[in-house]
Amino acid sequence: MKNISLTKLAIGLTISIFSISNINAQSVDQILSNGEVRGNFQLDMQYYQEDSLIGAQDVPEKILSNGFLNLVYTNGPFSMGVRYESYLNALLGFPDGYKGNGLTYRFASFQKKRLSVTVGNFYEQFGNGLIFRTYEERGLGYDNMMDGVRVKYSLARGLTVTGVTGVQRIFFEYGEGIVRGLDVELSLNEAINGFSESKTRIILGASGISKYQADQDSRYVLPENVGAGAGRINLTHGYFNVNAEYAYKANDPSADNGYIYKPGEALFVQTSYSRKGFGLVLAAKRNDNMSFRSDRTADQQNLLINYLPALTKQHTYNLLATLYPYAVQLNGEVAYQADLIYKFDKGSLLGGKYGMDIQVNYATANNLDTTHLNDELTKRQGYESKWFEVGEVYFKDFNTQLTKKFSKKVKGRFTYANLVYNKDVIEGKPGEPTVYANIGIADVTYKFNMRNSLRTEAQVLFTEQDQGDWATLLLEYSYSPHWFFALMDQYNYGNEDSKKQIHYYNASIGYNNGGNRITMSYGRQRAGIFCVGGVCRVVPASSGLYLSITSSF
Amino acid sequence: MKIIKSLLICALLFGTSLSYAQNTKNKIPAVDVKKMDGSKFNTGEIKNDGPIIINFWATWCSPCKRELNNIAEMYEDWVDETGVKLVAMSIDDTRNFAKVAPYVNGKGWEYDVYIDPNGDFKRALGVNNVPHTFLVDNKGNIVWQHNSYSEGDEYELYELVKKLAAGESIE
Repeated sequence: MKNISLTKLAIGLTISIFSISNINAQSVDQILSNGEVRGNFQLDMQYYQEDSLIGAQDVPEKILSNGFLNLVYTNGPFSMGVRYESYLNALLGFPDGYKGNGLTYRFASFQKKRLSVTVGNFYEQFGNGLIFRTYEERGLGYDNMMDGVRVKYSLARGLTVTGVTGVQRIFFEYGEGIVRGLDVELSLNEAINGFSESKTRIILGASGISKYQADQDSRYVLPENVGAGAGRINLTHGYFNVNAEYAYKANDPSADNGYIYKPGEALFVQTSYSRKGFGLVLAAKRNDNMSFRSDRTADQQNLLINYLPALTKQHTYNLLATLYPYAVQLNGEVAYQADLIYKFDKGSLLGGKYGMDIQVNYATANNLDTTHLNDELTKRQGYESKWFEVGEVYFKDFNTQLTKKFSKKVKGRFTYANLVYNKDVIEGKPGEPTVYANIGIADVTYKFNMRNSLRTEAQVLFTEQDQGDWATLLLEYSYSPHWFFALMDQYNYGNEDSKKQIHYYNASIGYNNGGNRITMSYGRQRAGIFCVGGVCRVVPASSGLYLSITSSF
Repeated sequence: MKIIKSLLICALLFGTSLSYAQNTKNKIPAVDVKKMDGSKFNTGEIKNDGPIIINFWATWCSPCKRELNNIAEMYEDWVDETGVKLVAMSIDDTRNFAKVAPYVNGKGWEYDVYIDPNGDFKRALGVNNVPHTFLVDNKGNIVWQHNSYSEGDEYELYELVKKLAAGESIE
């Protein structure tokens, strides 16, 4: 019923737009010709083969596919869009909830002077996202977008207020909790006359979120409305920047925290200093009981209202990125990171003819230092944590990277990393030993001429734990601007079980032209963990033929 | 049935718009993004007398960084010869936001760098993944785009930039 009346409304609106008496045919033409349509499309398909050697299970459908199409129409201050998604059935490793087809995203928005309104689906974040961020990572199947109303109003110069209300997406449905929020951001340099040219730039922000979910629990009296608030500052002075945010969440018993009534807290600080040829970032983060979902019973990555970023380097090389990546621990962690980049000038001793870059990164994540309170039958606060102490090690990563051009034809990038990975906690596999790994990577590109080049990656990973040592060799030949070919072999030569000393070979070919790109590959895919922004998806081993088409228009 | 009906309506609306929209080229959408110091910037203000390259990248994306570092070596000459402007639009979110300025300065890039942490500009332009490059002529029309990067792609890009600067069509 609801949809039919919406359809009627849409028809009615369309007719009335065209029939407003004082718009003649010519100006209708003019209005329509200002319209712009944009969008994108992606289709990923895989034909699966059973491969008992690598543990690739039989897929009854044989072929699985994920696809989507986005269309956005804009005409001056008006904008509307839809997305159609298809999972027939979803590729291995995607959440089971993605099954079937449907329109999952539709919105309409307009802007009038200082007011901007969006109805339908939208993505929004307040500050750093500690209490509110809705976003999508299509490759991970992550999407917690809102369905509701968003209003932005620029109250005065430099002062913006954003209000949101809605429910959140979970696969092809919406969660039962309602999320309401308000954010105020003030740019002092814009707001205060005479401060606009100042070398010091300050942005202040404050936000609040409240969620509602009925209490139908027979065991506990649960808060139906849970509030959270955050304050932030972003200060820039010349080459120096500091961005800090503190968030507090009222008691929010949930499946994540074992239904305790302890409030949550988070502090996030990032500082940086950079000038030409030098950059330094120091960052710290502490989150304590800050899992915040619009359904208190939800798990995995479902219905999260907020975003707690991982403070570790986001690696890209295969062995480094997908064997032991860190995933944020929502219930509590303390994390630090330092990141340095330095450029040795051209002509200097170390720089040589073309210069050389060095990057050094160190990151740690630990559990909170907690004391169990044993108050399950009284106040149910669960535990106490000390602010300046840390507990068990979750993750450590020291890595350094040298980038150097040797000649017009040859350049290279060399990486060393040392990882400590608490598999027990990060993967939720009790009893698994912590992994200590050393990784070395040489990435060398040889350019035959302007169009032809060959890139080689040689990677090794040494560890006494888990699956033992690995080696990877990748050859990537590109014929610019349209073609590339790649061959890769990953070899688990150090596995204690000689039957598992397996080669994971893979060959791929890609073509792209304009906004279109087609990739095909055949071979084995090692089981791995794919992460974006600290959110990870475990992908099982598979074998077969893979096809991917993407297009933007 | 409901879904089919809604789809039909959408197809009708988009179809009508599409047939009209084809007569003209898409412009750069006006969306709020951030400068590296965290303050607001509206993409409607991206302007240049010559061609504009809009390049979507991220600090965690290797091919993106290879592309922008390769172009950086020649960028001064490109600007001198064609008046081109390169806008490097980072899609880094909170996790890596603070790393953008140190990376850009550390590498000594001379580009106009902005950050799109909420993905609004990315969605408005229909970008799937990074690196993704758009070429805009001096009237603000988007005339070409390219997804991914392979060594040497910058030469094709520059050939197109030169054509645009000379007032030629690159259809």
